[in-house]
Amino acid sequence: MTKSFFLAGAAALPIALALTAPAEAQIQIAVAGPLTGSNATFGVQMKEGGEQAVADINAKGGVLGKKLVLNEGDDACDPKQAVSVANELADKGVVFVDGHFCSSSSIPASKVYLEQGVLQISPGSTNPAYTDNGGWNTFRVCGRDDQQGQVAGKYIAEHYKGQNIAILHDNSAYGKGLADETRKYMNQDGVKEAIYTAYVPGERDYSALVSRLKAANVSVIYIGGYQTEAGLIIRQAKEQGMNVTLISGDALVTSEFWQITGATGEGTMMTFASDPRKRPAAAAVVKEFEAKKIDPEGYVLYTYAAIQIWAEAATKAGTTDPKKVSAELKAGGPWDSVLGPIGFDAKGDVTKPDYVFYVWHDGSYHEM
Amino acid sequence: MAYALQQLINGITLGLIYGLIAVGYTMVYGIIGMINFAHGDVFMIGAFLSLIALSGLASFGITAVPLALALTLVFAAAIAALYGWTIERVAYRPLRGSFRLAPLISAIGMSITLQNFVQVSQGARVKPLAPLIPGGLELFREAGFTVLLSWMQIAIALTTMICLAIFTWLVTRTPLGRAMRACEQDLRMSALLGIDTDRTIGLTFVIGAALAAVAGLLFLLYYGAIDFYIGFVAGVKAFTAAVLGGIGSLPGAVLGGLLIGLIETFWSAYFSVQYKDVAAFSILAITLIFLPTGLLGRVDVEKV
Repeated sequence: MTKSFFLAGAAALPIALALTAPAEAQIQIAVAGPLTGSNATFGVQMKEGGEQAVADINAKGGVLGKKLVLNEGDDACDPKQAVSVANELADKGVVFVDGHFCSSSSIPASKVYLEQGVLQISPGSTNPAYTDNGGWNTFRVCGRDDQQGQVAGKYIAEHYKGQNIAILHDNSAYGKGLADETRKYMNQDGVKEAIYTAYVPGERDYSALVSRLKAANVSVIYIGGYQTEAGLIIRQAKEQGMNVTLISGDALVTSEFWQITGATGEGTMMTFASDPRKRPAAAAVVKEFEAKKIDPEGYVLYTYAAIQIWAEAATKAGTTDPKKVSAELKAGGPWDSVLGPIGFDAKGDVTKPDYVFYVWHDGSYHEM
Repeated sequence: MAYALQQLINGITLGLIYGLIAVGYTMVYGIIGMINFAHGDVFMIGAFLSLIALSGLASFGITAVPLALALTLVFAAAIAALYGWTIERVAYRPLRGSFRLAPLISAIGMSITLQNFVQVSQGARVKPLAPLIPGGLELFREAGFTVLLSWMQIAIALTTMICLAIFTWLVTRTPLGRAMRACEQDLRMSALLGIDTDRTIGLTFVIGAALAAVAGLLFLLYYGAIDFYIGFVAGVKAFTAAVLGGIGSLPGAVLGGLLIGLIETFWSAYFSVQYKDVAAFSILAITLIFLPTGLLGRVDVEKV
């Protein structure tokens, strides 16, 4: 699901955090995200990750012999506020922004950064448009919504070759996009689906569709869609005696799915971002956070990694000039980070998608 | 063959639920000539009442399925009937004798009110119910395709038959039914002959709402997921069924429900799943061109 939260009524003015004027031996960077508003949890996670990364880098002597200074920008996930925060940060002489969080903030802010020549790495904006329509300055360390399809398509082609596969979607931007990407990558790997069709969302009766799948001897269903319909389809399929595996996207990572399916949801798989805390590269940093009684959950480590990668690229390029660092980020790499090695393609997306499979088992889901 | 039979079972089940709701539309239309747009929402409220009753009974330790279902049925039908009566009393009776569109607008307002009431009081998320009656009969197997008839589908068919039988008996064999039929033929004349028309109309709403609540319970048990919006989709389909069968005609409502269910199912089965609604409504439009009063509707002779 795209994280496009539009927050209305964010009357709070961007909090201009008074910081010392840029000194010669300092490099101004920033973390920008929803520090207030209903997504403030994520903003706080970003702030914690950013502060720790800057502290760690400065402890090792900074970048190119200069210390990093971390600025903060609060966009409250409001696109308008994001633009004014972006202008403010650019005016302060910030060369790199770690942010924003909501795609609906990252995209308008990236236009400001492009004009002002600021490099941007988002830790959490998954909407494809962010980098697709971005300039030289847009990067992200998280996955893209459509990369889920790549992961799912390749997995299905590898594990279910020779079986009858159905691909269904609900005709929504999210669902159809996901289903089409999955189909594309599956077909590329030489596996053809038996059925490709849309269903009508909002209905309750999918028995006709299910019987159709049953008649085609389908044993794997891929659904690009939301939890309610996916839950109803698998429930009705199992009720009609089908022995079938459901595979879907991140919309199923909610307990609502299991409430609808009950035991019939057992073994359902879905793609979702892997838990970075469990990666070996993160072990040392996770310990540091735990010593400070901070749980590096959600986007803490993503924010940390963005600064880490930027620092590495700047060191390698021998300059903090955003354009040169941008070229280095794309050409060099993969960069070592707490998320593991990360490389960027020409658009600024990570080359190795971050999505992994989760599976439903007995009322809860866990990484496969 | 096996495939067609399975789809026939799917279609009949869906059609019976539509039919049960459609009876409520057709009854009200027959007697006061208005479309009660809030009827789909009474169905939705019936489903919610059933869910509340089932979880309430479970918390009291009543988990024996037949007993719990019987109590739920009585509870949901009774409260929904109260809703039906109140809706008529509050939204329609004051407008009787007003111009034709007034109760129609009032009905749309009532529908929106009920939807929003449930959305606010119960939340907008989907409310699930784990399957209570799992399993079914394996009818036969042909070329690897097993035709299944689930206990739930049998229960839906039986419950619908029983409800319609009781209802038909009520309309054709009781004094209340006679009064209803009289009101249907001529409201003013019935009043002149000493029939309490307000009471008869109120009871019509009560019966329609109770049937909708039964449909709501069946819907909840069969699909296991309800939200405040189910009344809209189901209501539109059931209303269509009533029009297709001939609005005002009771057997027509059931026939229309079955037809809509079967058209949707068979269109999904042999043509395109996503165009099933287009198919169902196109067939409705074509039918109305050739049979303006629907399949079993009587032509209203305007007495001058």
